[in-house]
Amino acid sequence: MAKAAGVVAAIAAAGVLIGFYISGYLVGNTKVFRPTAQGRSVHLTIETVAAVGPQLAPHPDWVSYLVRDTSGHWRRTTIWTLPAHALVHVTIYNFDSASGLRNPLLGRPTGLVGSELVDGKPLTVLPPDQPSHTFAVPELGVLVPIAPVADDAKNTCGYAPCPLSNAHRTITFTFRTGKPGHYRWQCFVPCAAGFLYGFGGPMQTVGYMDGFLNVV
Amino acid sequence: MTAFRRLIGFNLLTAVVLGIGGWYLGWFIGHQITGKSLDFFGEIDQNDISIFLGYFMGVIAFLLGLGFGVYPWARMRGYPPSLREKETAGIGRYFTLCTDHKVVGIQYLWGIGLFFFVGGLNAMFIRAELLSPTNHIFPPGQYLTLVGMHGTMMMGMMTSGILGPFANYVVPLMIGARRMAFPRIEALTFWLLMAAGTILVTTILFGGFPTGWTGYEPLNDQANGGMDAYIAFFALVGISMTLLGLNLMATIITMRAPGLTWSRLPIFCWGVVSTAILMVLAAPVLVAVLSMAMLDRTGQTSFFIASAGGSPYLYENLFWIFGHPEVYILALPGFGIVLELLPVFSRKPLWGYRLAVAGLMGVTLLSWLVWQHHLFVSGINSDLRPFYMLSTELISIPTGFTFLCGLMTIWRGQLRFTVPMLFCLAWFFNFLIGGLSGVFLSDTPSDVTTHGSFFSMAHFHYTIMGGLVFTFFAAIYYWVPKMFGVELNELLGKIHFWLMFIAFNSTFGPLFAVGFLGQPRRVVSYPSHLQFLNDWVSVSAFVLGFSMLIFLANLVYCLVFARVPAPANPWASLSLEFQLPSPVPVHNFERVPVFTGDPYGYGEAAPPVGVPAPSPAGGMS
Amino acid sequence: MTTAPRDGVIANDGHGRRFVIAFIVLSVIATPLVAIFVGPLFPPGNGSAQAHEQVFDNTWLVAIMTPPAVFVVVFLLYALVSFRSRSAAVVDGPPIRGDARIQAVWMAATGIIVLFLAGFGSYELVQSGSGGGQGPNPAFTPAGASKAMDVQVIAQQWEFTYRYPSYGGVEVPHLVLPANTLIRLHVTSLDAIHSFWAYQLGVKADANPGVDNVAYVQTKGPMTFDIHCAELCGLWHGYMFDTGQVVDASRFASWIKQQRTYFGPVVKYLPKYSTIYLPDPQRRAG
Repeated sequence: MAKAAGVVAAIAAAGVLIGFYISGYLVGNTKVFRPTAQGRSVHLTIETVAAVGPQLAPHPDWVSYLVRDTSGHWRRTTIWTLPAHALVHVTIYNFDSASGLRNPLLGRPTGLVGSELVDGKPLTVLPPDQPSHTFAVPELGVLVPIAPVADDAKNTCGYAPCPLSNAHRTITFTFRTGKPGHYRWQCFVPCAAGFLYGFGGPMQTVGYMDGFLNVV
Repeated sequence: MTAFRRLIGFNLLTAVVLGIGGWYLGWFIGHQITGKSLDFFGEIDQNDISIFLGYFMGVIAFLLGLGFGVYPWARMRGYPPSLREKETAGIGRYFTLCTDHKVVGIQYLWGIGLFFFVGGLNAMFIRAELLSPTNHIFPPGQYLTLVGMHGTMMMGMMTSGILGPFANYVVPLMIGARRMAFPRIEALTFWLLMAAGTILVTTILFGGFPTGWTGYEPLNDQANGGMDAYIAFFALVGISMTLLGLNLMATIITMRAPGLTWSRLPIFCWGVVSTAILMVLAAPVLVAVLSMAMLDRTGQTSFFIASAGGSPYLYENLFWIFGHPEVYILALPGFGIVLELLPVFSRKPLWGYRLAVAGLMGVTLLSWLVWQHHLFVSGINSDLRPFYMLSTELISIPTGFTFLCGLMTIWRGQLRFTVPMLFCLAWFFNFLIGGLSGVFLSDTPSDVTTHGSFFSMAHFHYTIMGGLVFTFFAAIYYWVPKMFGVELNELLGKIHFWLMFIAFNSTFGPLFAVGFLGQPRRVVSYPSHLQFLNDWVSVSAFVLGFSMLIFLANLVYCLVFARVPAPANPWASLSLEFQLPSPVPVHNFERVPVFTGDPYGYGEAAPPVGVPAPSPAGGMS
Repeated sequence: MTTAPRDGVIANDGHGRRFVIAFIVLSVIATPLVAIFVGPLFPPGNGSAQAHEQVFDNTWLVAIMTPPAVFVVVFLLYALVSFRSRSAAVVDGPPIRGDARIQAVWMAATGIIVLFLAGFGSYELVQSGSGGGQGPNPAFTPAGASKAMDVQVIAQQWEFTYRYPSYGGVEVPHLVLPANTLIRLHVTSLDAIHSFWAYQLGVKADANPGVDNVAYVQTKGPMTFDIHCAELCGLWHGYMFDTGQVVDASRFASWIKQQRTYFGPVVKYLPKYSTIYLPDPQRRAG
């Protein structure tokens, strides 16, 4: 009987170990970025690019969001830790051209403190053929359409990370975080080339056009 | 020299090596076809044509490596039809194309068992993720792949879960035949299934798939390359199922020994026939709809894309025309096993034999008429819904016949609570709950809330897991002594049973409430007031998983270490397979038996019928 | 033994009689208890006329299901206790192969229960469709349907938006409905298959692209309700939820006015109100 118990224990241990190993592989890489807070407000600097490039991702031709960390480097991390009940000031540098919205309603910014500013000028509504991307946090009611780089612009960016010397638009806005929680954010523009309705690939993968706000 | 020499030739190793080579060949050809000139397919990781060609060429090379090409090639060169010599000894034959139906049955048992554990591991991950609505272990895309892989693996593998291992092994023995009708095709169905399972696991390498086991369009079309693994898996499973069903039907119809009329056929064989009918008719629909999905993904057709003239309803309807008979393919073998085993452990004949057969055939027939109950709120023509409500309710009548026959078999019996009997009795309890919860789903007003929620999930886990998987284990404990000649430990078996039964009900019972309280299926974030229930369910699920490890330990301990030889007829069964020695000789019967009755003659004054009386000269007449 | 007991409902040694008595007594006790105490607990509550219909329907269903459940459970317990083999050796039981009367009674009883359930469910369904999606031509409409207020639910990956055709076709991101009103919901999708499930209102209608799926709901008093997507639609399916509100008429009027002001600038870009929208499937970047 002791032998039977030994076999049970060995198999149980093997099962659990296999489980942990495979689980570790699946969990993969979900890096988190935490911008430094100054009291009850925090700054977030983001860029959106047309092609993320082979240095930063296994899918070089995918569109992506990147965030600038404290040392000035651009990182491909879409999970950001933010303080609760705080003001989040966001600057987005957009290096991508227009894709257009499927639902024109999403050209109207909502849920912000103050207005969305595009290159310094307040935006009421972006016509539906214009947005390159959006930054939206549906649970907080935040929706920000992102204005495009013109199709005939010179000096457009190739692979990320894109320096500010390339053609870009600057979008700034502020929103307020509420209770602590785990809020997802996504882009609503069908910007995934080659996928049905433009919503596959980078649009359905955390780390490119989707992410989380960990509000703590 | 000999061991190394055996490694060269048609066997699993050669097959795997050739399979990988075939994959790369297909991948390469796919890239040559699409190349960089077609902008739409320019990116390597979206090249579905490459992935599909890789899979299919890999499978063909795999099968050639096992030796499936030898006979067709010989026939093409003019050799007459022949039966392959059965390999008779050595463990190596389990890793090759073997035409002994008993070997194929044991191959199936291990192969399906392996993928069952893969699917079960996915389930453990799913429940671990659902422990908290806010803290997540897996990224949401991975979670959807886990959910999809769990469902797809289980549905694809367990449809052959009883027919593969047990029908292949036992049916020829029960009907007095020395082989199956098509031994090579039988081996083919097994190896196709193994190739398919491997393909499904590779979905992780291509980004997984987001659609769950139903693969609904147009999300299917939108998905990454991992979706191709799902399509290839299910298409291969469909082909395997069709061939398996055909083979079993041909065997039972044509190869019954003299005297075995339809009214004397063991009820398990009736269960196999009814399942095989469904397999043969439904699985091709699956292959067809998946081919259309594959074309949508690769050939830029738009069968299922509304904006381009297609319709997602086409997918939903075609899928469920397969999908509903599919779940009866899962359930019917369970009915057959329960009705077959209860007489043995109640020591009474099967009560109401003709009614039981009518029940099985009634379910088979009605299962074609109910599929739109999966689509009640999807916007189908609303006049149809009362009809489908009626047909779905009606199907509980033949199911009820199985209950009646089983319950009355137990009544006044001399019940022995062996491990197989315990699993069969648990079937009654589980399928009762599963069936009654089905009433809520088939009733359209009630379905408005329960469709797509955890209630529906609890219902089908009660019927499929509580029904099929419990009888799968009953069959294992019942027939393993015959198949391997070795006994399984009864104490460990009872611990496995009780732990599994209690943990199973503790896992899926509360899920009815979770669904009623508004949690949809396949979600990773749920309202926080449901966390207590979800945590209870997750912990119970871990215990359920642990009970499976106990079973595995029992199997390994008894087969490898203890090796207690089993008597030829450990259950004192009157069924023909138990009148043979354990393990069964290669050619089954020295002389073909003659039947004079059915194998349910318990308590009858005459000598056991259905078993050929020994002839005066010894041996079997 | 010389004659096997012809076992059925009446038997020589009382087993059958004892079981039947136990079954009848327990059913008679359990069924009303279930109907009275369990029934009202059923979802989805009383938030709308359709939700109330579902609770009523569920109460009847569970009450009718109680006797069969009691039958099987009591039978199993009785049989497993009474007929356990008391001898160590393997002993055979009586060779009973069937009984035509029991089979007939069973077939009749199950047939009657099943047909009643199907009829009852259909009766409930035709009252008003019970909140389920009925496709573009609903067959089961409640009284006063011609004066129903139309609200369109547009599902997209991964958010619901709502359009009010009778208020200038304005589209808004949150659902607010007036109390005590019959509402005709038009559910459609712009991309994949979603499903609009308003739990406390008892409404579920799949959102299929290119299809106008109509569901009726008669709202009652002011309340908040949860909306979930009930059909797997991609990465954020699990997060595709929202909270809707039913408010009284004056608050609704002021709310819709405020929404029309805020979303006024975008109305000129919205496509004309239509029951279905067929966006270009080839949306690609650049």
